[in-house]
Amino acid sequence: MSYRVVHYINQFFANIGGEEMAHVAPELREGFVGPGMALNQAWKGEAEVVATIVCGDSYFAEHEKDAKAQILEWVKAQKPDLFIAGPAFNAGRYGYACANICAAVQDELGVPVLTGMYQENPGADLKNKVLIVSTANSAAGMRKAAPAMAKLAMKLMKGEPLGASCEDGYMNNGIRVNFFEKERGAKRAVNMLIKKLNDQPFETEYPMPSFDHVAPNKAIKDLSKATIAVCTSGGIVPKGNPDHIESSSASHYGEYCIAGVETLTSDAYETAHGGYDPVYANQNPNRVLPVDVLREFEKEGIIGKLHDYFYTTVGNGTAVASAKGFAMEYAQKLLEAGVHAVIMTST
Amino acid sequence: MVKEIERAGIPVVHMCTVTPISMTVGANRIVPTIAIPHPLGNPALSPEDEKILRRKLVSKALLALTTEVEDQTIFEN
Repeated sequence: MSYRVVHYINQFFANIGGEEMAHVAPELREGFVGPGMALNQAWKGEAEVVATIVCGDSYFAEHEKDAKAQILEWVKAQKPDLFIAGPAFNAGRYGYACANICAAVQDELGVPVLTGMYQENPGADLKNKVLIVSTANSAAGMRKAAPAMAKLAMKLMKGEPLGASCEDGYMNNGIRVNFFEKERGAKRAVNMLIKKLNDQPFETEYPMPSFDHVAPNKAIKDLSKATIAVCTSGGIVPKGNPDHIESSSASHYGEYCIAGVETLTSDAYETAHGGYDPVYANQNPNRVLPVDVLREFEKEGIIGKLHDYFYTTVGNGTAVASAKGFAMEYAQKLLEAGVHAVIMTST
Repeated sequence: MVKEIERAGIPVVHMCTVTPISMTVGANRIVPTIAIPHPLGNPALSPEDEKILRRKLVSKALLALTTEVEDQTIFEN
């Protein structure tokens, strides 16, 4: 007996039509339709597409709840060993539909799922939730995508352990697996360095996160009228760290009033940061958060005002997402308070 | 954090010692500082000289805030 597979595709791959037919409601067909044939061929009888669900991309996007309910009902009745969707390449609504219907089938019915799309498809946002094979950005990549998906699908149906994302061709889903490398780290690092020095291709074992960029804001025209706030990732807090900001992997930030504070004394302030030698900052916290100098500049009329509050956290192993969240929140407070510019210090 | 402040529409200057990290995270106005555990100070100096050093650094940060930039800029001098 071969494994039973239900396949999800859009109106285009079912040959119903393009954008002008994207409104069509879901429809259940027996056997394979369109790209399902390539899957069947790759499985050589070990598995078979027993039913195909076709749904217009706009229909799914506009009636997600109804579409999901209907599709789940059909999938459930088929009792499949696997639910597969796409591949969607770089078609945005199709990719979104594939990833989301897969997530629903996986969560609601407990059936293993797999989809495929281009890495920049918005549906790929679900790559940590749903297994997604990385494909080319257009349907010209079908010849490669279908066998890759079929192969991984077979592993899932047989319950075989998955290889690393780079080996099995799925998008990195953030799951780490311990294993023994053939060569020790020092040797691998030196080999990588030699390749780099020789301008040869090499693959990092620790890709850096990619950061987007924000265009710089306009400069301050008249400092003497500007309210300046000072913030830090260097962990300066009132002595005793009243809000218990963690010394590493901080989960929150602190907001502290410095109205009337002339200088940060070692009696009243300290650092909570666990990632650098705290001696110098604890002796004189102005070395990290220069309140003393800013207060002088305020008195001298160089700046209009030092903002009454400073915002602080510990930038030590703190997740980028956390730091982003902290600053998004306090930036709004700074805006509401009419702050014109910010000095951020880091250790 | 610098980037989120910038995104909110407030010009921001990042004072830090490891400027390549600041470049990577996307700060636009960057002022290099003294050392990781004391970016805005130098314990080897007398308290008076240290204060002068800090005034200089913060002045540079203020200069950065009053300077139009088109792209990521490190204010070296």
